[in-house]
Amino acid sequence: MFSLEGITDAIYSWLNSTFNPTIALLIEFAIVVVCVIGLFAVLGLVLVFMERKVSAYMQIRLGPNRVGFKGSMQTMADTLKLVLKEGLVPDGADKFLFNLAPFVVMIVAMLILAPIPFARNFQMWDINIGVLYVTAVSSLSVIGILMAGWSSNNKYSLLGAMRSGAQIVSYELSAGLAVLSIVVLTGSLQLSDIVNSQQDGWWIFKGHIPAIISFVIFIIAVTAETNRAPFDLAEAESELTAGFHTEYSGMRFALFFLAEYVNIFIVCSIGAILFLGGWMPFHIGNWEAFNHVMDFIPSSVWFFGKVFFLIFLIMWFRWTFPRLRIDQLLNLEWKYLLPISMFNLLLMTLMAIMGWYF
Amino acid sequence: MSTSEILFWFLSVLALFSAIMVLVSKNPIHSVLWLIVVFFAISGHYLLLNAQFLAIVNIIVYAGAIMVLFLFVIMLMNLNKETEPSRNIWMKFSGVISGGLLLWIFVSATRSAGEIVGKTAMIKEGSIGLIENLGKVLFTQYALPFEISSVLFLSAMVGAVVIGKKQ
Repeated sequence: MFSLEGITDAIYSWLNSTFNPTIALLIEFAIVVVCVIGLFAVLGLVLVFMERKVSAYMQIRLGPNRVGFKGSMQTMADTLKLVLKEGLVPDGADKFLFNLAPFVVMIVAMLILAPIPFARNFQMWDINIGVLYVTAVSSLSVIGILMAGWSSNNKYSLLGAMRSGAQIVSYELSAGLAVLSIVVLTGSLQLSDIVNSQQDGWWIFKGHIPAIISFVIFIIAVTAETNRAPFDLAEAESELTAGFHTEYSGMRFALFFLAEYVNIFIVCSIGAILFLGGWMPFHIGNWEAFNHVMDFIPSSVWFFGKVFFLIFLIMWFRWTFPRLRIDQLLNLEWKYLLPISMFNLLLMTLMAIMGWYF
Repeated sequence: MSTSEILFWFLSVLALFSAIMVLVSKNPIHSVLWLIVVFFAISGHYLLLNAQFLAIVNIIVYAGAIMVLFLFVIMLMNLNKETEPSRNIWMKFSGVISGGLLLWIFVSATRSAGEIVGKTAMIKEGSIGLIENLGKVLFTQYALPFEISSVLFLSAMVGAVVIGKKQ
């Protein structure tokens, strides 16, 4: 049966039998780096194409349909164009920070990938505080955005960066509380433990209504954290031209664009791990035959299926809801989501103590 | 040298260099960004001491929240080299003297601390920095200071709400 675990084990044992441990470790690092960059490139191509097709479907259009089969090579052509374009640096910009900002955003997105289990026993770094690590590192992307906005020396960029900062800092709270409610049920911050605790059912089913509430809050908060519509005030085209990346062109713009899609993938995979069981197949109680059939589907397929379902959900939001105003955005967070998620966390703690879950 | 030693020296040099750059940079935004690098290097030291939780909390609280607020304020004030006020010579002189005295106290306190003389830090062992042990200690041995500091934060929150309501 196909499994990523087998491939990694084979590579690991071959490297360790051929080279001495230090060189084997270095080669493993190099392989991981190449895999991560490859994953980023593929994700960028696939997700941009998916977004355009989904939006076309929502608006009863055709979408890209010229390059390749049904337009599937369209993003490849766009990437080629972006690579060939000249990267302009505006006059009066802080050149060093201006060039650094897209890389900071990108590197932060790469760092979050470290503790994510993509399949059974297929994980780069099983840190014992995985959930906290993810929340901590994802809050750092705001630094890159502020750098980009400020160093462009453009008032639209600065306004976009400020909005994005306010938005990320405030929505982080309810996303964190939603994540904590699952941590309370699991009793561990390690992502592999959280996935293993969903052996006999996913938390969204096992945790009753509080789990569903925190799932909804989590999805709303991460949509805001990734600056996606209806919360895309940071780059509101009608008011700020393009927000914090107004002055960026060519490959630097492409990096911001790629980071947005990679961030969507990452937050969706965190959502899938916490609420939908990560790579765990869909099991129902003690229906032996049914569970056995589900086990035959490889764990990586389960993981990516769930993640792409959540990504589709977030794209669906983008093409159906109108954009919020900044005061509505902050009201939604501070007056509704935060009190609800605090109360929900209390409820969840009560449930965990009394054992009112399956 | 082992890997952890190389990492230790790298992180220490990085932390000291960026701390110096915080002071030397003319542009306040660059100072804040260098300060973020300092926090990262210190978090790396926590990781070497097997205190993952402290490392992550250091990043969340300092690099993630406080430094972002700093950046906000400084970017909105639009401070430049031109707007920096010129300080007179006596201000600089008194600054150097008070800073030097503080350094002197730190150095002498470290030198007179008999407990740590001749001991090396435990690298990659010790479990006090892990979240479970830290939580147990905070809620048993240090329960009272912990609760008092939470009251302090609560009062700061109430104060912020009062200031916000004024207009």
